[in-house]
Amino acid sequence: MTNWLNKHLGKVWLALVFLFLYAPLAFMILFSFNSTRQHAVFTGFSLRWYEALLADTRIVEGFIVSLQVAFVTGLLAAVLGTFCAFVLVRYQRFWGRTVFSGMATAPMVMPEVIIGLSLLLLMVGAQNVFGGPERGLITIIIGHTLLGMAFAMVVVQSRLQEVDRSIEEAAMDLGARPHQVFFLVTLPNIAPAILAAFLLAFTLSFDDVVITLFLSGPGVSTLPQVIFNFAVRGINPTIYAAATLLILTVTLFVVSYALWVARSTRKRQREMAQALRGV
Amino acid sequence: MPGRRFVIGVPYAWLLIFFFLPFLILLYISFVDMGNEVHPFQPLWDAEQGVLLLKFENYWSIFRTGPDGALFQTLYVESYLRSIVYALITALLCLVIGYPFAYFIARSKPEIRLILLMMLMLPFWTSFMLRVFAWKGILSDFGVLNQFLIWVGVTEEPLRLLYTDFSMLIGMVYVYLPFMVLPLYANLVKMDFRLLEAAYDLGASPFKAFWLITVPLSKPGIIAGMMLVFIPSMGEFVVPSLLGGADNLMIGRVVWDEMFIANNWPRAAALAVLMLVLILVPMMLYFRYGVRDSADGR
Repeated sequence: MTNWLNKHLGKVWLALVFLFLYAPLAFMILFSFNSTRQHAVFTGFSLRWYEALLADTRIVEGFIVSLQVAFVTGLLAAVLGTFCAFVLVRYQRFWGRTVFSGMATAPMVMPEVIIGLSLLLLMVGAQNVFGGPERGLITIIIGHTLLGMAFAMVVVQSRLQEVDRSIEEAAMDLGARPHQVFFLVTLPNIAPAILAAFLLAFTLSFDDVVITLFLSGPGVSTLPQVIFNFAVRGINPTIYAAATLLILTVTLFVVSYALWVARSTRKRQREMAQALRGV
Repeated sequence: MPGRRFVIGVPYAWLLIFFFLPFLILLYISFVDMGNEVHPFQPLWDAEQGVLLLKFENYWSIFRTGPDGALFQTLYVESYLRSIVYALITALLCLVIGYPFAYFIARSKPEIRLILLMMLMLPFWTSFMLRVFAWKGILSDFGVLNQFLIWVGVTEEPLRLLYTDFSMLIGMVYVYLPFMVLPLYANLVKMDFRLLEAAYDLGASPFKAFWLITVPLSKPGIIAGMMLVFIPSMGEFVVPSLLGGADNLMIGRVVWDEMFIANNWPRAAALAVLMLVLILVPMMLYFRYGVRDSADGR
């Protein structure tokens, strides 16, 4: 027994941790099909919670609001994050560089409660002075973008550092204007990282609840906020149905992405092998 | 060059307006008196008399004991301490669970490694809220875990699991485990395993080699992981709200209650500023070890 454990300790540990990580997901999927409100015993298969989910306008509306917010946040964060990354990688000297890099990275480690509270105070102040913006979609997007752009910056920054400067210099020697160099040479090079930054900011925004709770106004609720309000009150299997759909979507997306990456890697290897053989 | 000015100016302006300015306002409000329903806080500057109304009362009130000598006001101090302790326990639990996990992933075959990492990230990509919510169902009095414990025979009566320290720590560890595993993995996967072989050749036992070589070499990863778990745990709001006990307030929740229930904006601001001061040290540690490590880890 001890010998067996010694040999397989790694596998056992991995299995146990994965069990811990996946148990809640399995639990939600199973009980989303339960015929009663019970969440200890499976009493029978039923789709009633999925019907309840489609009938629940709060969840459906929250989902749409979340999609809108996450999409705009993703775009804004990717653009601003790329700007930040570009500034930090390419401009080594400018006035206030330390302050800039500090401000750009700090939201990653700032407690969300503080980000939410301070932005709320800003919005209240802005409303007193300028009469707007009303708390709602715009304020939520601003809060999420602040968080998302910090992560977007890190993703783009690491890619930008690997870009071979000599290609840009060659383009410049051949007479390309700086913006042409950026759009024709640099941007295509870092495009995958910008896409990844968009997806990361999108996910963070889609998932965020704390900043949203501070910045949302009456009548505007994101999906996590709706779920939070449900969860504070009790346990409702309708949420499990929503969770199951979300888990399936994410799994489908991640697995197909992984397969795509694996296939394109294999294809590239094959092509390189062919090229080396001189075919 | 106008291009350069534009590229720096746009994100700089955004950060100044939406990050720096809000923080200044927070700081400002933490130094003024509470107001009334129309104006939630008093101005710092009395224009008529031309005097500065700088108040430290909001900060003092956090530490002062109650009027009857009871520890009424230390609610705040207690919630700070509780936040630190829970965040520390969460980080340590994540380290204990996550270190071997990251180690075994890093030691597995490269093809399997990617699959395992993706399996780690997959729950992470499905909503944070939902995962916390699921634990509520699992841990409730008549939930799956209690049924299981009764079936195994550990207990006859359902145990009180939800709204305890236990349920809260489970939720925290569950949510923050990937933040520990990823920097540790990034660090361990780069390790030169020939060093371990050299140690075995020189007669070290596996445990001794691990303790004297692997652990010291992974120190940046350990520190980055600890900070990445500790810092957000300190301010965690959702997990304590849903899984923690009603009398186990953590500071994030206290700030929220002060703002939206007690409507004491200045004290909420002061509590938030103090919270920031408390995590400043771990934050700096993180920037020193974490950012550098993740920068060359990619």
